[in-house]
Amino acid sequence: MGLFHRHRQLTPYLLLAPGVLWLTVFFVVPLGVLAYQSLESGNFDVGYSFTWAWGNYWDALQNYRGQFIRSLEYAGIATLLALLLSYPVAYWIAFRGGRWKNLLLLFIVAPFFVTYLIRTLAWETILADHGFVVHTLQHLHVLGAGGRLLATSTAVVTGITYNFLPFMALPLYVSLEQIDERLLEAAQDLYASKWKAFVKVTLPLSLPGIVAGTLLTFIPAAGDFINAQLLGSPQNHMIGNVIQSKFLELTDYPAAAAMSFILMAGILAAVFLYARAVGTEQLTGTPV
Amino acid sequence: MNVAASENADVRLVDVTKRFEDVVAVDRLSLEIEHGSFYALLGPSGCGKTTTLRMIGGFEQPSEGEIFLGDAEVSGLPAYKRDVNTVFQSYALFPHLSIFENVAFGLRRRSVRGQTLTGQVNEILRLVGLEGMGKRKPRQLSGGQQQRVALARALVNKPRVLLLDEPLGALDLKLRKQMQLELKGIQHDIDITFVHVTHDQEEAMTMADKIAVMNHGRIEQLGTPTELYETPATAFVAGFLGVSNLIPGTVSGSDTVQLRRGPEVRVRPEALQGRTGEVAVGIRPEKIALGQGQANALDGTIVEEAYVGVATQYIVETDCGRLTVYRQNASPGLNGASPGQRLTLSWSPDSTFVVDSMEGPE
Repeated sequence: MGLFHRHRQLTPYLLLAPGVLWLTVFFVVPLGVLAYQSLESGNFDVGYSFTWAWGNYWDALQNYRGQFIRSLEYAGIATLLALLLSYPVAYWIAFRGGRWKNLLLLFIVAPFFVTYLIRTLAWETILADHGFVVHTLQHLHVLGAGGRLLATSTAVVTGITYNFLPFMALPLYVSLEQIDERLLEAAQDLYASKWKAFVKVTLPLSLPGIVAGTLLTFIPAAGDFINAQLLGSPQNHMIGNVIQSKFLELTDYPAAAAMSFILMAGILAAVFLYARAVGTEQLTGTPV
Repeated sequence: MNVAASENADVRLVDVTKRFEDVVAVDRLSLEIEHGSFYALLGPSGCGKTTTLRMIGGFEQPSEGEIFLGDAEVSGLPAYKRDVNTVFQSYALFPHLSIFENVAFGLRRRSVRGQTLTGQVNEILRLVGLEGMGKRKPRQLSGGQQQRVALARALVNKPRVLLLDEPLGALDLKLRKQMQLELKGIQHDIDITFVHVTHDQEEAMTMADKIAVMNHGRIEQLGTPTELYETPATAFVAGFLGVSNLIPGTVSGSDTVQLRRGPEVRVRPEALQGRTGEVAVGIRPEKIALGQGQANALDGTIVEEAYVGVATQYIVETDCGRLTVYRQNASPGLNGASPGQRLTLSWSPDSTFVVDSMEGPE
C-alpha cells in the first residue's frame, strides 16, 4: 500500500502491466515473427532467409482468391443466420424467461461443455448420407434421390452457424435484458403499435448487442477451418484450411504467414466498414 | 352505483373492477372527470390508484365495467389507440433518442412531418423551459429537466387527457414544490384534463381541484381539497389528509353528540347527516384554541410542547384521550403555555366534523 501511496501516479501503469506484458509476449511478438516470416523465402529443407519477398502476398492472392472470398462469404452468411436464429430466442428469454432465465441461458451454452471438434463431428453424423436428416429431406423431395448434405456449402455454413451461435446469442441477451420494459409502455402510450415499438425502441437499444455478437461470430468464423474440413469437400475449403495445410503439412511457412496477414487485413477492413455503417458508439457502448 | 353521464366528461369509469388473479385491485369503481379539471387519485400504496390510471391509459384492461374517453368507449382498446398520454413515474425517456426526438416520437407516429413537427416540438420545449436543449440526450439532463421532457413528450400530442403517475416522486423536496406550482400553471394555460396519481396528500391538495381519496380499490371520498380537509366523511380520509383529533361519542340530538367520557358537544346539523348511535367527532388541531371562548370545551393538561417554526404543537391529555393542538406563532417567542399546565380547550361547532367510527388509515 505504501508504494501505491507514494507513487500514486504510477498506480494505473502498475495495474496495466500484467495485461500489457501478456499482450506483448503472446500477441505483439508472435505477430512480429509472423510478419518477418511472411517476407522470407526458401523451403523447409534448405532453410528460410529474409528477402523482403513481397511476392508471397501476391502469390497467395493469385492462387487462393477463391478461398479468401469463400471465407468471408461463409462467415458472413453464418453470422446473419446466427443473428436471425438467436435474436428471437434471446428476446424471448430476456422478456418472457421469468425465473427460468438462467436455466434457458445454460441450454444455450450447454453445447460448449463438449469440445469444438466433437461437436462438429456430431454434425457430420447428423448430416451423414444415410442419416435421418438426409432421408427425411429426400422423402420430402427437398433433396433429390442421390442428394446429400455432407460435403456441401450448406453443411459448412450450418456447422459454422451452430458452432458460433452462443457468441451471438449471449451479447444479444445481455443488451435485450437491460431494456427497461417501461420504455415499451411509453412507446405504446405515444401511439406506437407493438411492432413499431420494437422497431423504434427495442431494436435500436439492442444494437450494441447485435454489433458485439456479429463481431464475435464473424471474426473467428472467417478464420475457421474445422467445419470446412469435416463437413465440406475441397470445393468448400476456406482460407483457414489452406493456411493450416501450408503451415502443418507443406511447411510453406512464408506463404502461410502471408495469407494470415491478408486474412487479418480483410477482416479489419470488413469490421472497419461495419463500424462506419453502424457508428462507433455501438462498438464501445459509450455515449456521444 | 351509476354515475349520470354529464356533457362535459373527458373520462368516465362505470362500475370498473380489476382483478389480478385473486386480488381485487379496483372494486366497482365509478368516476367522472370533467373536461379541464386537475383530478387527483390519492391514497396509500395498494389502494388501486395506479391500476385505475393504467386502465385509463390502456396498459391494463378492466375485468368488468366500462371506460369512456369523451363519448367513446375505450375498454379493450390498446394504449396506442387511445387519445391519452402518460407522464411515467420514472419518466421512461428513450435513452437512444435526443430530447427533440423523444418529444417528436408521438407526432411522428401520427405522421406529422417537416415544419409542422419542428414547430410543435420547439413550441412545447419552450413551454416547459427547455428551449435549445433539443440536441441533447436524456442522460445529459438533470432529474428536473428529464421530468419536463417527459411532460413535453406527452403534452405535445395535445391528448384529451394527460395521465401523471407519481410524476414528482423522484425529485427532491424543493424542486418538487416548484414543479407542483409549475404543473398547475401549465395545466391552467393549455386547458387539458390532468389525472394525477399520488400518495402525497400535500401534493394532491396543492395541485388538484378535485381529489378522489381511494382505499381498498374504492373511492372513499370525492371532493375539493377544502371539502376533504374541512369535512372528511370517514376516519380514513380525516387521517390521510392532515392530522385530526377523533373523539368517540353518541348522537344525542339534532346537533349534539355526547362524548363517551366527556361533555356533550355541539356540531352543525348537516355534519350529522342523519347519523344516530355511535359516532366519532373530529377537530383539526389548528381549530382548537388554548383557553375558553368557543361553544365546545374540554379540560386537559399539557403533556408535550414542540416548537415547529410556523406553529407550536401541544399534546394535551384530556378525559377523552390525547388531543393535538396547533397554535400559530403569530408573535415572537413561545405562547406561554407549557407542559404540566392545566387549561381548557375550546372549539367552534362549525369546525367540528362527524365520522362513523374511529377506524383510521391502516
